[in-house]
Amino acid sequence: MKKVLALALAAVLTASACGTSSGEGERTLRVFAAASLTEVFGALEQRFEDDHPGVDVQLNLAGSSRLAQQINEGAPADVFAAADEASMGIVRQTGALTGDPMIFAYNRMTIAVQPGNPKNINYFTDLQRPDLTVVVCAPQVPCGAATQKLQQNTGVVLNPVSEEQDVKAVLNKVAMGEADAGMVYHSDVVSAAGKVEGIEFARSSGAINRYPIAVLAETGQPDLAGAFRDLVFSETGKAELRKAGFGTR
Amino acid sequence: MLWIPAGLALALVVLPVAGLLVRTDYARLPALLTSSASLNALRLSLVTAGASTVACVLLGVPLAVVLARATGRGVRVLRAVVLLPLVLPPVVGGLALLFLFGSNGFLGRLLAEVADVRITFTTAAVVLAQTFVAMPFLVVSLEGALRGAGDRYEQVAATLGARPWTVFRRVTLPLLLPALGSGAVLSFARALGEFGATITFAGSLEGVTRTLPLEVYNQAEADVDSAVALALLLIVVAVVVIAVARPKAVEGRT
Amino acid sequence: MTLRAELELSRGEFALSTTFDVPAGTVLALLGPNGSGKSTVLGCLAGLLRPDRGAVTLGGRALTRTPRVDVPPHRRGVGLLAQDPLLFPHLSVLDNVAFAPRSRGTSRSRSRELARHWLSEVDAAEFAERRPAQLSGGQAQRVALARALAGEPELLLLDEPLAALDVDAAPAIRGLLRRVLRAAGARSARATVLVTHDPLDALALADHVVVLADGGIVERGVTRDVLAAPRTAFTARIAGLNLVTGTAEGGALRTASGGVVSGVPAPDVVDGGPAVAVFSPGSVAVYPGDAAPAGSPRNSATGVVAALEPHGPVVRLRTEDGDDWADGVAADLTPAAVAELALEPGTPVWLSVKAAAVAIHPVGDEIG
Repeated sequence: MKKVLALALAAVLTASACGTSSGEGERTLRVFAAASLTEVFGALEQRFEDDHPGVDVQLNLAGSSRLAQQINEGAPADVFAAADEASMGIVRQTGALTGDPMIFAYNRMTIAVQPGNPKNINYFTDLQRPDLTVVVCAPQVPCGAATQKLQQNTGVVLNPVSEEQDVKAVLNKVAMGEADAGMVYHSDVVSAAGKVEGIEFARSSGAINRYPIAVLAETGQPDLAGAFRDLVFSETGKAELRKAGFGTR
Repeated sequence: MLWIPAGLALALVVLPVAGLLVRTDYARLPALLTSSASLNALRLSLVTAGASTVACVLLGVPLAVVLARATGRGVRVLRAVVLLPLVLPPVVGGLALLFLFGSNGFLGRLLAEVADVRITFTTAAVVLAQTFVAMPFLVVSLEGALRGAGDRYEQVAATLGARPWTVFRRVTLPLLLPALGSGAVLSFARALGEFGATITFAGSLEGVTRTLPLEVYNQAEADVDSAVALALLLIVVAVVVIAVARPKAVEGRT
Repeated sequence: MTLRAELELSRGEFALSTTFDVPAGTVLALLGPNGSGKSTVLGCLAGLLRPDRGAVTLGGRALTRTPRVDVPPHRRGVGLLAQDPLLFPHLSVLDNVAFAPRSRGTSRSRSRELARHWLSEVDAAEFAERRPAQLSGGQAQRVALARALAGEPELLLLDEPLAALDVDAAPAIRGLLRRVLRAAGARSARATVLVTHDPLDALALADHVVVLADGGIVERGVTRDVLAAPRTAFTARIAGLNLVTGTAEGGALRTASGGVVSGVPAPDVVDGGPAVAVFSPGSVAVYPGDAAPAGSPRNSATGVVAALEPHGPVVRLRTEDGDDWADGVAADLTPAAVAELALEPGTPVWLSVKAAAVAIHPVGDEIG
């Protein structure tokens, strides 16, 4: 009885380890994309599957640096779309890419505040006010790196109460009213759909994130991966990106 | 035949830790561990986990006694409620704390109005989050011990002329010591490893709210070697606490 | 302190209703089968349970008077010795015994002094520094008795104090209880209530006995009268014993008429002292006619059948005109044996009982 149980357990463990294998006759395209691309790539996934019957697009959405680590640890991926060039660089330096990464979108930093801007925040320098509770991303993640760069460019020194691990956490802290202001991407304000308000400021162009995309060398289906990349650059792709608050070329 | 599942269970615990040991960059280890961020996180973790263990003991012991001694239908519901933090995802626990103590929460607003005190983003929030998730461990181990012992010793003590407070102090509490010791160690260990509720409720800032687990997560974004080194530190602290404190607590009765 | 108790209480199906007094310096045994309400009575006296209606007074002081008075256990001045010793495992033997004086506010050193005194009273002085876990069952029960006595209770409650002990330890503790209850009881005029299902305990320790069944009192009186001549079939069934009085002599009993009853003497039997031989009706063998039975057990004597009455599954025979101890003895037989032996009132019989089935107990003045 105990032996049977152990075998069953082993079987379950094996099965779940292989859980990503697709059904028969269906091809799977694994797209690793930065969390900020959730809405855009969700729409593009639908579009791509409509255009390519029998193809299942699997999106792995997470922070860019985490995705880069996963790829370097051997996670199977066909396409990688990052929120910053540094993350793409981590993958690139191991020679895991086919061709050079291409920039497909831009995102600029914005100050997220509560709807109606109750604390009357209008400039980046306002964030130094002692009465404000400010939340930013940790410097280790792209939105934090961008925030740091902004501080260097402007000479503004922020005194945040928390350095969050991803931009959505910053957004939530502002949306829930725990923080008065947070440094996020413009696209995040758009996706928050009214729960926060974005304050544009003049110097934001000093910290623009460029989104690179690349096909991975490991992919067994370069044609399909290339087709997905092309979709991102197509008019359809650009429209979705702009709708989500990104800048395109 | 027990050894097959037992071996599997052990492997499930040991192998991932072994993997961590293999991945560790021992040449950089001293430098990584003595960085100010690491030391700050270690110090903060020890201080907050210690404080929340004290809070668990002060609040959890009376609660366990009440739960073990009370009768009636409501007690079962109450017990389920007390165990809630065990089954809740810690992030949900963090959100719940935020809804209570946050700037829009009932108590949060009250504290801000009355005392001009903010809880979120402070070290106190870390202790609160850790106490929230760790308390059930203490209550469960204590309540089990209390129920097992019954109240016969207390009854005898009462007939010997001991007032209720004397009974609690001289009989109930000493009989509970072994369970209290292991419960406190479990609570400390849980508090030490707490991540989800802390990052949700308290945020993450070096020296203030960024405990070891949060620092590990933060470092993992940029430098895996550093994260592994910190994880190793966390494991060493946890093993030392469990290995050193637990036998003492168990032997406490002789 | 004289105890008076009037208790009424119901818990679901079970209803208890009793009234009894325990004069100062005496021991009352509450005798009854499991579920008869003995422990409930004890709980009410100790203050651990509250009766629905009733009153408990100790030396004129009201401990319970429903609905208003309910003195908590720690202010009642009672001592409880239960079936299990329940020594506090985290305290030494000495500190266990010192617990009651300490709780009353006596200084630590004075409390320990008192504890040593009570430990020596129960012959347990040598265990003072031990932990309860290092004691045998009998030793632990000695210490528990010392602990209960150290509180100098005005009312001592003994709840089946011998039931959890093995057969080797029970006689010694029974002897100890006899000595302590007698000596200290007379001195401090303490009242003692003993709960037991074993008539031997009642016989050895109690002056008076109350027989409980289903929450009510079915019989009460002086212990030996009740046990030797039960007036109700119920008491006879649970407590009907043959008692033969006399003087202890060389481990046996010498009757007033000069006969000898062999048996197993209790450890505290004193040669030449008043004693009683106890054996159950079931252990008495009956042979018809006047011929001595073959293989002649040591205790055998002649008598005449006085009465035969059904007694549950057996027939209880009672003798008259007996030789020596065989007068007025009860013996239980199967109906088939009665028919086969053609027994009827007036039939002469031989009675015999094995020495191993006879217990010899000392008898004190109060009990005698």
